[in-house]
Amino acid sequence: MELTTVWFLLIAVLWTGYFVLDGFDFGVGVLLPVLGRSEVERRVLINTIGPVWDGNEVWLLVAGGATFAAFPEWYATLFSGFYLALLIILVALIIRGVAFEYRGKIDDPVWRQRWDWAIVVGSVIPAILWGVAFGNIVRGVPIQPMGAGTHQHLEYVGNFFTLLNPFALLGGLTTLGLFTTHAAVFVALKTTGEIRARANALAGRLGLVTAVLAVTFLLWAQAFSERRGVTIPLAVISALCFVGALVANRLGREGWAFLGTAATIAGAVATLFTGLFPNVMPSSLSAAWNLTVTNASSTPYTLKVMTVVAVIFTPIVLIYQGWTYYVFRRRIGVEHIAPVVGPPSSPSSAADVSVGAQG
Amino acid sequence: MTALDLARWQFGIITIYHFLFVPLTIALSFFVAGMQTAWYRTGKQEYLRATKFWGKLFLINFAMGVVTGIVQEFQFGMNWSNYSRFVGDIFGAPLAIEGLLAFFLESTFLGLWIFGWDRLPKKLHLASIWLAATGTLLSAYFILAANSWMQHPVGYAYNPETGRAELHDIGAVLTNSTTLVAFPHTITAAFVTAGAFVIGISGYHLARHQHVDVFRPSMRVGLVIALVASVGVAITGDLQARVMTKQQPMKMAAAEALYDTKSSAGFSIFTLGSLDGSTEVYSIRIPNLLSFMATGSPTGTVEGINDLQQQYVDTYGPGDYRPNTAVTYWSFRLMIGFGALVALLSVLGLWATRRGRLPKARAFYAFAFIGMFLPLLANSFGWLFTEMGRQPWSVFGVLQTSAGVSPQVSAGEVATSLIVFTLLYAVLAVVEVKLLVTYAKAGPPDLVDADPYDPNAPADRPLVFSY
Repeated sequence: MELTTVWFLLIAVLWTGYFVLDGFDFGVGVLLPVLGRSEVERRVLINTIGPVWDGNEVWLLVAGGATFAAFPEWYATLFSGFYLALLIILVALIIRGVAFEYRGKIDDPVWRQRWDWAIVVGSVIPAILWGVAFGNIVRGVPIQPMGAGTHQHLEYVGNFFTLLNPFALLGGLTTLGLFTTHAAVFVALKTTGEIRARANALAGRLGLVTAVLAVTFLLWAQAFSERRGVTIPLAVISALCFVGALVANRLGREGWAFLGTAATIAGAVATLFTGLFPNVMPSSLSAAWNLTVTNASSTPYTLKVMTVVAVIFTPIVLIYQGWTYYVFRRRIGVEHIAPVVGPPSSPSSAADVSVGAQG
Repeated sequence: MTALDLARWQFGIITIYHFLFVPLTIALSFFVAGMQTAWYRTGKQEYLRATKFWGKLFLINFAMGVVTGIVQEFQFGMNWSNYSRFVGDIFGAPLAIEGLLAFFLESTFLGLWIFGWDRLPKKLHLASIWLAATGTLLSAYFILAANSWMQHPVGYAYNPETGRAELHDIGAVLTNSTTLVAFPHTITAAFVTAGAFVIGISGYHLARHQHVDVFRPSMRVGLVIALVASVGVAITGDLQARVMTKQQPMKMAAAEALYDTKSSAGFSIFTLGSLDGSTEVYSIRIPNLLSFMATGSPTGTVEGINDLQQQYVDTYGPGDYRPNTAVTYWSFRLMIGFGALVALLSVLGLWATRRGRLPKARAFYAFAFIGMFLPLLANSFGWLFTEMGRQPWSVFGVLQTSAGVSPQVSAGEVATSLIVFTLLYAVLAVVEVKLLVTYAKAGPPDLVDADPYDPNAPADRPLVFSY
């Protein structure tokens, strides 16, 4: 297999890892006000992902870094082209990340409420916009050669609103639906008591809506597929996994349901990437201006170096990240949440208590 | 302003902002790991309380480093797409490796450390903070390797057909002489930053005679770290100056605003006159110091800006190859000056706390408080100097900054993101400082369960830590 193909696959794998893992983080954020009806319930929800969300987000950073290293032209055209969309995603990721860490640091309902909003907004936006972004990549966007000589590059020539077309917006709703359902299943798997039951019921209802969205999107995506012989079966498998997940959810088999939604997301990413290959960013203006694994790639030497690094370290990362999930395998319920986490707004009284100790 | 100017301002603002948090993350992680190790070895409560106290401040700071770090990786593609295309074959590799080797390690094991007090046996829990700390070092190494390649490109060849630089030797990139001096300089500076942070906050409590059992040891360790690391910064800075003189003589000349080539060149500590040092009314000067810094010999010859400009025109064609001398001249001095003040603070502090003493002078505590901010300034001016001193190049001698900007991104778009990030970062700074102040003032927890790990604990026992 050519190294460009290997790296196309690896980047698909990194995005799969990112969507499967940070996907339920986003979903938990979206469902925070829905499933968490009291302060302690909201804390239960946040703590289901507390130890792992940051590690999950690293999949994005590695996907970005790998794209930079393996397909610099793709990285450059995509990131400069989808400029404002990425800006919005970055702002969302920033406020979400800070919110997880800071929310419990001060014992004040107003403070917490503000950070709750940061979590919700910071989760809804990327959950939608990643779908919009990939919808556009698959569908093709206006790309044409700009500049002259060695400075000629295939550039995105649309604007922010070019990205808001019906297919891509449906993609955004699909990722939102998938991540949220995935998260509801995850919460049912990771909690006890009422939240668990509520998440289970919600997963079933969300799943029906999402199924309609996802099937429509994946069918529509076939219109842009380079090889329907593979992508149609992949889409069908993805849909079947989702049905299986919903059935398992109905039967209360939460582990299987979670594997099902994870497989659905993986299947959807596989469908999109397989349909894309050998393009990485097709042009809607002319097939001659497509960014492909060949014209966007690094040199064989760089790809070789990166392959060696990836082959050695990816398994190690998978092992210790997997182990983390094992360490935090226990379910969390309201009984596990200690009453107050942060100091009150004015901490001086607490500090003075132990002054005398050293006298 | 053009998109290029705005993109440069944006890079400067968000990168310097990001680097306010990075050094503290790196060195404080080791400090916390050290405190926890001391507790693990001795079983003394005050070390555990210190671990919890400094650990909390570390995490408040870490969160900011993480979220601002995401922007760092994305902005090359967003604002500097032609730069990314030109260097991607080389520059992308250390970035990707940083993610795979360092970011995963840091974030995963920090998650285990934060939430793992009652989930992991003591020893494994201690190992997690050490692994997270190792992650921060790895991260620093790879990103500095990437930056060093911009200062001193090695292990590559320019391909005129594709118009880009192509990697030929990854070993050369990862063992770049520039990296080998920049890494210890940055890491020792990080330890100065954490040392000063610990000194300042410990001083706050010691001045009030509160939590002395926790903060006297912290203060002493902070002082030793700050002093040792300051010496390290000076030594590595000296090495770096010599490497820089060989690799980027223009930057060294601009550091002293030395316009004409000179032997036995002196170093001005302070100059009154025009900002860029071209005309001088009064200056305090140490004879032969610049020659010594640049060449290792007090009588060595240091090339001046005007001569170098002429040489560069001959080599690279017509153009202005002089960096902004006012910025390089002053940022170089401010970097050294603020750094030296921390070294002074650490010497004073070690004297004042000798043999069980506590400093009595209020002035010392005031100095210790101000001391927390000095390394942040020194670090910022250091980066300002090294990046501005490389201008007009983005990759020295190979690619000019103006050639790297995204051609299809409008000034309006860059301005939008510049404003959004600046406002967002300003709000977050207020929040972060508020939290740091609250937690620093609150002091360490009084009593801590020394060993919450119990595999047979009842299933409904509350979590030791939860968000």
